[in-house]
Amino acid sequence: MHNSSTATVNHEAHENPALLHHFATEQQQRDAASLGMWVFLATEIMFFGGMFCAYLIYRYWYFGDFGAGSQSLSVVLGGTNTAVLICSSLTVALSVRAAQLGKSTTVVVCLFLTMLLGLVFLGIKGVEYHDKFVEHHVPGASFHFPGHIPAHPDVPINQQHAQIFFSLYFIMTGLHALHMIIGIGLFAVITYYAMRKRYGPHYYTPVEIAGLYWHFVDIIWIYLFPLLYLIDRHK
Amino acid sequence: MFQSMPLWPARASTLANNVDALYIFLLVVSGLMSLAIFTMVVFFAVRYRRQPGRRAEQIDGSHALEITWSVIPFCVFMVFFGWGANLYFKERKPPQNSAEIYTVAKQWMWKFEHMEGQREINELHVPVGRDVKMIMTSQDVIHSFFVPAFRIKQDVLPGRYTVAWFHPTKAGTYHLFCAEYCGTSHSGMVGSVVVMEPKDYEAWMGGGGTQPLAVTGQQLFAQLGCATCHRQDTQGRGPNLAGIYNKPVLLEDGRTVVADDDYLRESILQPAAKIVSGFKPLMPTFQGQISDEQLNALVAYVKSLSQASGQTGGKNMAAATAQPQM
Amino acid sequence: MATAVLETGERETYLNREYGIKSWLLTVDHKRIALLYLMGITFFFFIGGFFALLIRLELLTPAGDLVQADTYNKLFTMHGQVMVFFFLIPAVPAVLGNFLIPIMIGAKDLAFPRINLLSWYLYMIGGLLMVYTILNGGVDTGWTFYTPLSTEFLNSHVITAGLAIFVAGFSSILTGLNFVVTTHRMRAPGMTWSRLPLFVWAHYATSIIQLLGTPVLAITLVLVVCERLFHLGIFNPVLGGDPLLFQHLFWFYSHPAVYIMILPGMGIISEIVCCFSRKRIFGYQAMALALLGIAVVGFLVWAHHMFVAGISLYAAMIFSLLSYFVAVPSAIKVFNWTSTMYKGSISYQTPMLYAFGFIGLFTMGGLTGLFLASLGVDVHVTDTYFVVAHFHYIMVGGMVMAYLGGMHFWWPKISGKMYPEGWGRLAALLVFVGFNLTFFPQFILGYMGMPRRYWDYSHSPEFQILNVLSTAGATILAVGYLLPMVYFLWSMRYGKPAPDNPWNAAGLEWMIPSPPPTFNFDHEPVVTWEAYNYDQIREEVPVAQ
Repeated sequence: MHNSSTATVNHEAHENPALLHHFATEQQQRDAASLGMWVFLATEIMFFGGMFCAYLIYRYWYFGDFGAGSQSLSVVLGGTNTAVLICSSLTVALSVRAAQLGKSTTVVVCLFLTMLLGLVFLGIKGVEYHDKFVEHHVPGASFHFPGHIPAHPDVPINQQHAQIFFSLYFIMTGLHALHMIIGIGLFAVITYYAMRKRYGPHYYTPVEIAGLYWHFVDIIWIYLFPLLYLIDRHK
Repeated sequence: MFQSMPLWPARASTLANNVDALYIFLLVVSGLMSLAIFTMVVFFAVRYRRQPGRRAEQIDGSHALEITWSVIPFCVFMVFFGWGANLYFKERKPPQNSAEIYTVAKQWMWKFEHMEGQREINELHVPVGRDVKMIMTSQDVIHSFFVPAFRIKQDVLPGRYTVAWFHPTKAGTYHLFCAEYCGTSHSGMVGSVVVMEPKDYEAWMGGGGTQPLAVTGQQLFAQLGCATCHRQDTQGRGPNLAGIYNKPVLLEDGRTVVADDDYLRESILQPAAKIVSGFKPLMPTFQGQISDEQLNALVAYVKSLSQASGQTGGKNMAAATAQPQM
Repeated sequence: MATAVLETGERETYLNREYGIKSWLLTVDHKRIALLYLMGITFFFFIGGFFALLIRLELLTPAGDLVQADTYNKLFTMHGQVMVFFFLIPAVPAVLGNFLIPIMIGAKDLAFPRINLLSWYLYMIGGLLMVYTILNGGVDTGWTFYTPLSTEFLNSHVITAGLAIFVAGFSSILTGLNFVVTTHRMRAPGMTWSRLPLFVWAHYATSIIQLLGTPVLAITLVLVVCERLFHLGIFNPVLGGDPLLFQHLFWFYSHPAVYIMILPGMGIISEIVCCFSRKRIFGYQAMALALLGIAVVGFLVWAHHMFVAGISLYAAMIFSLLSYFVAVPSAIKVFNWTSTMYKGSISYQTPMLYAFGFIGLFTMGGLTGLFLASLGVDVHVTDTYFVVAHFHYIMVGGMVMAYLGGMHFWWPKISGKMYPEGWGRLAALLVFVGFNLTFFPQFILGYMGMPRRYWDYSHSPEFQILNVLSTAGATILAVGYLLPMVYFLWSMRYGKPAPDNPWNAAGLEWMIPSPPPTFNFDHEPVVTWEAYNYDQIREEVPVAQ
């Protein structure tokens, strides 16, 4: 917490233009930004949580149909995406570290890599969505998911239950993708400022909190992937 | 025409007396608590009003008081909870031999079908002194079956059955309201429950040449080809349905479920959801091919196949016990 | 204290520092943002109130003869949506919380002033979407928009209403985020957690609920909109979905939401009761813990809105039990406020009159909540006017009275002018009388069996007399609400200039001028006193001018 000296406000402002007027010290500003991002991520957990809740309930009720839906997704593409995102979390962490150490070029390079990996993720997602569209697995009038429940060759797939699987699939991955797009946008702005050498050991807060956000988006995917793609795959 | 008391609903079921007792208890206790607080506030406001020469006395608090006025209200609240929960437990469990009436709610009317076959719209006739169980479903949105004089209310859902029961104690005509907002004519989805003396009820019953619901169901059972697979011997490709109502059923995936009303309904509309152990998932679905009323008839028929073996199910009014269950 | 002076020789305040619409629309000053919110809040309060008046007029007679059934359904829907999402939830935090919290903790502003401005813009965008919905024919789902009615069976503007609420929800989330971080990180030296005014504790507890609950509403709205647009079936039993899933998701937010609405009001009452009794609060720790307790336990009781919805018997019992748990901290607060008055030196200015009203009416509203928590009674009274009366006692008898009390208490600080005390007391009295006449008969109506959301009750003429009483009360209530609008505006031009501390109240906000300078404090305060240090303040409340 802020120390109890009666320091008159903002004499540090003369030294550090990044210090905003309503904060007494840089430390306070940094702590506030960091706490703010953590609190925001808590709200995001609740946001995705509602969907996870709906998903878990229907998966329990319609296990067979959900299994069929899951197995129609590509583990190769999904798995690749998982690796891509994890790597992008690495590049983000490297960029924060570089900022802390004042290595501006490394910061820019790592941020570019992060955005690139993010775009790769979105590209692969696009390919997956395209496949689903072509196979008529998109919920709606032309939805058609023939076949049988895994391990039960004489039980046909219930079209309604399968459609719920795909509805949840698209909404959950869609919202996740939206969060990624926002994250890439954030990083674009931050990269721009990084190229102008705005960040260094004295001030790297935006890199750090954007990094936190990106890690969170990664973690959401790490839950989504097994829940959506890996139902009953061991059979 | 409708029975009521000034500022109080009519009391026409066994439950009503119990609910009123709890309500009055709540009123008295809450009234006393409010009075105590209002009196204190007014008294302090006057007694400790600002006066020249007197200053406020700073008092930090008192752990003893905080604990006291946490624990005592909590105990009182537990009485409220316990009494209410006990009443609810009885209210949610229809007595064993209740007469059954199938209800289909739709925007914006109530359709009733007695086991003896009488159909009513918006007006429900029942006799005094019998347990009555409403087995209800909706054709469209969520409605709610509310009879203030009986102190019962139960939401009626599309896609499944919900149940309410009552034991009328007084002849008369009582309001029936839909209590879950259901669109334009929600306030028009009203009717009446006509409670009749047993003799009058018999007379009313005898008035139509109706076919018992279970017989309608039997005819449908044959018409739709159910009998082809669900035979009374062990040769059928589907399980024998005699005596299954409210009995446990072993499913193919190892679970055991009870064959209640919802199970029977689901078995007709979504047969693949639960496959009985030892059978193949061959049964086609009838979703979209039969109305809710026809579905009710089939369920009533299957339940009637249990009566011979002495289980409860598909009881008509005459067989329902005359003793109140409360 | 602060003596910054403008070129004109006037003392610099947050109001005269800069003029012009741009200086308002691009401000990051928490005090200006509070006033921006005040305009929106007031606007929506009167829109919602107007809908309420139409509802009460229709219900004067049993027949549906004022408006058509569909119109009536839209009126009660939009009354609920506007009042809940655009008045009750934001009012105290966004107006009084924004204005006062930084000052009360000795800070220059909230932690994130620009996010604060963004919150306001989100509120206004949500508000615009709501106005658009209203003007284009409205929505008639009920504010609870249960499925499948709202997703499959109605042709009204469900999606735009849903979007309006979604956007306003983000405003709420960001405000909560700002308050939490501010309280943690921006306190002045010496302002420890145990010296915080209860107003700040109340907003902290509220913010926790806003942060954790509102996102669930947001995702529920997304699912409903998607369901409506694409006929998905998540909540539609015909397509394999479950309507009860919607209800669980909806109430998971909407129950804690009622605590979002009332906790800030409780914070206000603590400030007012202490000042006008000249005493520190009785049981500070218990009061702070009670606020947190209500916030936490409030998340565990949502299905008490679903006792007759078709949930299991045992689930119902658990939720009933938990609902009684949450009643205990609320009871503690009422006892503590009453005890604060004991051996105080009490004066009856307008804010204190509202506080008296709050204590009485919140007690009644809270006690009737116990009726609803009791399963056996709830089966009879749920979905009737009993519930309507219960929540209006808490929301209007509680929250709105607290809001008005707070507005009167801090008006001198905010505007630098005194409101006319005589008119203030008259309005308070009218509000109290009007309120009780409007809503008490509804308890009786509910037990008699009148369901809610009924446009026409011609089958039950026995309901009429109580409805007439209720409508009569509503007209008195309306006058009571209009009066402050008029005299607050009047006071901005003609009111007596307010001193720094017109009430001789405790708290950092009273140690700076009225209205405050833009950066609140000349020098960062160092706090060495406990909250409500009325032992150190020798003066009484000045006699009303």
